[in-house]
Amino acid sequence: MPRLNDPRYLSGPNRQAGRQTRLRRLADTIRANRSSYLFMAPFSVVFIIFTVLPVLMAIFYSFSYFNLLEAPRFIGWTNYRRLLLEDDVFILALTNTALIAVVLGPAGYLLSFMFAWFINELPPKIRAFLTLLFYAPSLANIYIIWQLFFSSDAYGIINSYLISLGAIFEPIRWLHDARTLMPVVIIVLLWASLSTSFLAFIAGLQTIDPALFEAGAVDGVRNRWQELWFITLPTLRPQLMFSAIMSITASFAVGDTITRLVGFPSPSYAVHTIMHHLQDYGYIRFDMGYACAIATILFLLMVSVNEVVQMFLRRIGK
Amino acid sequence: MSRKGIGFSQLPGLQFPARRRINRSRAGNMLVILFLLFCGTFTALPMWFALITALKPLNELWLYPPNLLFVRQPSLRNYADLFLLMSESWVPFTRYVFNSIFITVAGTAGNVIFSSMCAYPLAKKRFPGSRIYFRIIVFSLMFTQTVTSLPAYQIMSGLGWIDTYFALLVPAFAMPLGLYLMRQFMLSIPDSILESGRIDGAGEWKLFWILLMPQVKPAWLTVIIFSMQGLWNMASSNYIYREELKTLPYALGQIVTAGFARAGVGAAATVLVMIVPISVFIFAQSNVVVTMASSGIKE
Repeated sequence: MPRLNDPRYLSGPNRQAGRQTRLRRLADTIRANRSSYLFMAPFSVVFIIFTVLPVLMAIFYSFSYFNLLEAPRFIGWTNYRRLLLEDDVFILALTNTALIAVVLGPAGYLLSFMFAWFINELPPKIRAFLTLLFYAPSLANIYIIWQLFFSSDAYGIINSYLISLGAIFEPIRWLHDARTLMPVVIIVLLWASLSTSFLAFIAGLQTIDPALFEAGAVDGVRNRWQELWFITLPTLRPQLMFSAIMSITASFAVGDTITRLVGFPSPSYAVHTIMHHLQDYGYIRFDMGYACAIATILFLLMVSVNEVVQMFLRRIGK
Repeated sequence: MSRKGIGFSQLPGLQFPARRRINRSRAGNMLVILFLLFCGTFTALPMWFALITALKPLNELWLYPPNLLFVRQPSLRNYADLFLLMSESWVPFTRYVFNSIFITVAGTAGNVIFSSMCAYPLAKKRFPGSRIYFRIIVFSLMFTQTVTSLPAYQIMSGLGWIDTYFALLVPAFAMPLGLYLMRQFMLSIPDSILESGRIDGAGEWKLFWILLMPQVKPAWLTVIIFSMQGLWNMASSNYIYREELKTLPYALGQIVTAGFARAGVGAAATVLVMIVPISVFIFAQSNVVVTMASSGIKE
């Protein structure tokens, strides 16, 4: 590969000629790799049109008033000011999203790791079965069954058991009462929280060289916790980083599941998340500028939490 | 790895690899097993309940309190009722089934082909832009489609794709997770395989399809799982309003919203829908594990 930043080309009287040479060399390299770009073209076109462009458009529209009928009109920071200072429901959505993410993100991540770690010690057949069992909730779409469990009448499964045990006398309105909604939603989300990260951990643990543990035992590693801290975790860092992204992103993207479970909007906005707020303003009120400001805030929130956690994980064991 | 264990590990079916016996106390093992049993029961219960509720005859559905674990006289009545309800729907029910199968199969196939084609140069070559491109892909794992859905709607409507299959299929072709897993897995395939093909004078297209693609079968099975998981379970989309284009989970959701009166039918529908991705996963499981082993983020 030609050195594009060769100092000879960067300064002095040859600068103009240098730039031309550099550009020509870049063009040559690109031409030489023509086939690579062709291979990447189909994916890239779709990716740019449906992922990159929409992110940029959302940021652009977030500074405008736009109702889909008239052309967008630039209004500066007004949308953000309205969102953060005047919209109480948005603040509620932000709090709910943060609460769910703070519980679900770390819990999903830790549970994924713990189950994978425990399962890894079992014989292969049992391991395969338990992997399937714990992963099945993210494959299965069984919110109808959860609705039966948490049904608000006395025939609801949990209510009927609690009543026949004498723990309660009247059915609890699990999916209609603002006080019980959040815990119920978190339980159901936790139930389905072993997903991509869980598989990544299962796989990562199986590839650790057993000699490492033997060497560790010789060097004075005495129990499973020391083994975990000194050998397993540092070896597994690539998986830890990948899984963190998967768990964090999933913990912010729970809106659909909540809608399937309790409907939209939820009673008293008890489990109203940023995604629901975006749905409300984008697809019901057609206030695109405002909805795009919500999308931009959600985007910044997801990306910054992810980046901070990545920064932190990169330092483990260094 | 030495598998010569002692004691109960010699029993058939309990072959612990010898290395696992280092640094493990019996009490600790018991605690771990109890913990797994407890959580396993919690995980399995709703799915098990769906299975048995689907088999309960009417009189058992109305037992109070409901029997969580067993069905006394299993019957297929609920499935028969489900098919009866289906035949009454306004749009022929087969249409919903076709939509779901078509969207899942075509979307998944496109995703596998697009992401593996794109992953090949990213994994096996260095060229201007290759590193920054991969950085962007990792970055895009950090947010979801919620962020992009509103402008994407406008793009769709600009293209005239609202209320067409394209709106559901094409975005599914470029799922960053698919590309990411594919690329990471391809890194682990030795270059020598491609070199030998180059010496024989094979073009890039041939190298990719004939030499590389069979080697990365575990990765495409994994991409298939992740892709179909989303597409098969998709109940609604902001881009689809015509009834004829709606999917099976949507239609089943409409049938069973009536609560307890249709609990048995609802459970039957749930079982029918969940059985598909679960059986594909069982079939692909070992390949998925092989692929995920290379999924880590390495600097």
